Amino acid sequence: MAKKNNKPVTASGPEINSAAYEFLPDDFTLRGNSEATRIDNNFASQNYWLEVRQRFFGNKGAVVSLILVIIICALAAFGPLMTDYSYKEQKLTEKNFAPRIPLIENLGIFDGDESLKTTTGTKIINGYEDKNLTDVYYWFGSDTLGRDIWTRVWEGTRISLGIALCAAIIDMIIGMSYGLISGYFGGRVDSIMSRIAEVINGIPRLVIVTLLMLVLPHGFVTIVFALMITEWIGMSRIARAEMLKLKEQEFVLASRTLGAKHFFIIFKEVLPNIIGQIITQLMFSIPTAIFTEAFLSFVGLGIPVPMCSLGSLISDAFNSFTTHPYQIVPPILVLALLMLCFNMLADGLREAFDPKLKEM
Amino acid sequence: MRKYILKRVLISVFTLLAITLVLFILLQLMPGSPFNDEKLSATQKAALNAKYGLDQPLTVQFLKYVYNMFRGSFGVSYNISKNTPISQLIQSRLPISIAVGGMAVTLGAIFGLILGIVAALKHNTFWDTLCTIISVIGVSVPSYVFALGLSYTFGFKLSWLPMLYSAGQPFTSSVMPSVALSLFTLASVARFTRTEMLEVLGSDYMLLAESKGIYGGPLIVRHALRNSLIPIVTVLAPLIVDLMTGSLVVEKIFSIPGVGSLLVTAIQSNDYNVVIALSFIYSAMYVGIMLVVDILYGIIDPRIRLAKEGDN
Repeated sequence: MAKKNNKPVTASGPEINSAAYEFLPDDFTLRGNSEATRIDNNFASQNYWLEVRQRFFGNKGAVVSLILVIIICALAAFGPLMTDYSYKEQKLTEKNFAPRIPLIENLGIFDGDESLKTTTGTKIINGYEDKNLTDVYYWFGSDTLGRDIWTRVWEGTRISLGIALCAAIIDMIIGMSYGLISGYFGGRVDSIMSRIAEVINGIPRLVIVTLLMLVLPHGFVTIVFALMITEWIGMSRIARAEMLKLKEQEFVLASRTLGAKHFFIIFKEVLPNIIGQIITQLMFSIPTAIFTEAFLSFVGLGIPVPMCSLGSLISDAFNSFTTHPYQIVPPILVLALLMLCFNMLADGLREAFDPKLKEM
Repeated sequence: MRKYILKRVLISVFTLLAITLVLFILLQLMPGSPFNDEKLSATQKAALNAKYGLDQPLTVQFLKYVYNMFRGSFGVSYNISKNTPISQLIQSRLPISIAVGGMAVTLGAIFGLILGIVAALKHNTFWDTLCTIISVIGVSVPSYVFALGLSYTFGFKLSWLPMLYSAGQPFTSSVMPSVALSLFTLASVARFTRTEMLEVLGSDYMLLAESKGIYGGPLIVRHALRNSLIPIVTVLAPLIVDLMTGSLVVEKIFSIPGVGSLLVTAIQSNDYNVVIALSFIYSAMYVGIMLVVDILYGIIDPRIRLAKEGDN
């Protein structure tokens, strides 16, 4: 600045006698014009959430997964309403009908035909024609008790998703609080809390879940409870590690100096800074919960009949999957898609929140 | 080092004790009694309770229980096959499960490694994308979905392989279950190997090795692979455990007379003693594997050991 004015101006030079010196208009130049100011465009600091959003939507797999998850959720919400059937209504006269969809049936697929392998060879059966039910349509077919599979699949998806969401959110709250508190207080508190978590982590989750399901009455709440007890460890580890990183930073010190209480520092100062990692972990725990629920149902410890979940649908259809394969395909497809999409969504989120992280 | 190992062992013992306590408490909470037959009179029930030591105080029962558990005598089965000692039931089934599981681990590890290495060497090409797709699918789709798919295509439609396990042809009938089980291991190992290899390949010492004139096979195997294998040890433990849980359902699908299907049958017929015994065995195996991996990792990578010692 000093060089531009041709006068010898230094901050405390002997030649400036501030009392005698008279300021001239050209002593000062306007610095605000665009040529003179240099804004660093390469490393400009942007809104964090804007960056996260840009990185996330730049990831094709994650976006496709997000769209698929939204579609599946919408179908789970409205799918059962799209037909006249209910998930528990049985029509024993209309059992084991193959899928039949209006309009598409004219193309030769989904027209209610199914081929059966018999001792005399393969033969084609059409339940609709055999029983003269020309205006009856089961979009995904009907099961061994004459229930509409379309309705049951979306009903089951709804229950599976409900269980997974409830369990994941409760796990998040427990694990997050446990990890944050353990990491924040450190010392003996941390030592004891970590050892407890380590011991709990040493117990195979599935064993605990299975045993709990044996003791408690079957149902939605029990499954959520069983998942809640076992799945919070991962979340607490992440929260603790992040807390250990952040608690030494200056903003925490500043907050403490200003007289903030522990509770305030933990949940109002540190938590907002790790929300990205928490959300990512939440996304990862949803497919785990869906899988565990499906496993429990498959073993016979799941949702009681006539309600259904994806696991119980697979388990039911498994018994006749060689004769009526169309019964097992929809629940398996939905389950696999859900797991895949949630995993990819979580991967995308993790990369969006923390691009420095190792590519997994 | 000794302090580190000692600490790990202590934690494992505590974990096992905690598990035993949980199992014992759950056993007390189980609904109904093992003797559900309505024809039994009260005196007969009392006699049965006395026979199985169910009339003693809980603390005595627990101590006895711990003693028995750690000795490997799990009592007798109440329901599945009456009065057969559980250890005997398990003895005949464990080798089958281990054979199938071992085959799955070997398959998964070998093909996972190959896939991961190929993906890393051909980074950002078609092979890399293929590897990523396979690993994402393998990690997220449950193993019984694969099992059902394989069973339908190769067992039912094509009849290449037997759909159900038969003791007469143990190898051919355990191909499909092993493949179905191995996919998760394969996918995880491939994913992990790829990441680690990419990191190692980009490091300075690889550049040095290359400029010293080492190339091709020796470069990859001796310099890159060896260093990237270290962290892969850590994923093995959770993988083996996932394998154990996956085997429960897969064994049921292929009706393999292994430990997993025994557990499923026991759950369904409320044979608590068997459930508890198998839970204990699973837990003990899990704890043991975790311990071995922790110690191995401490030996391989001193930073871990020092970090964990520094925890306290």
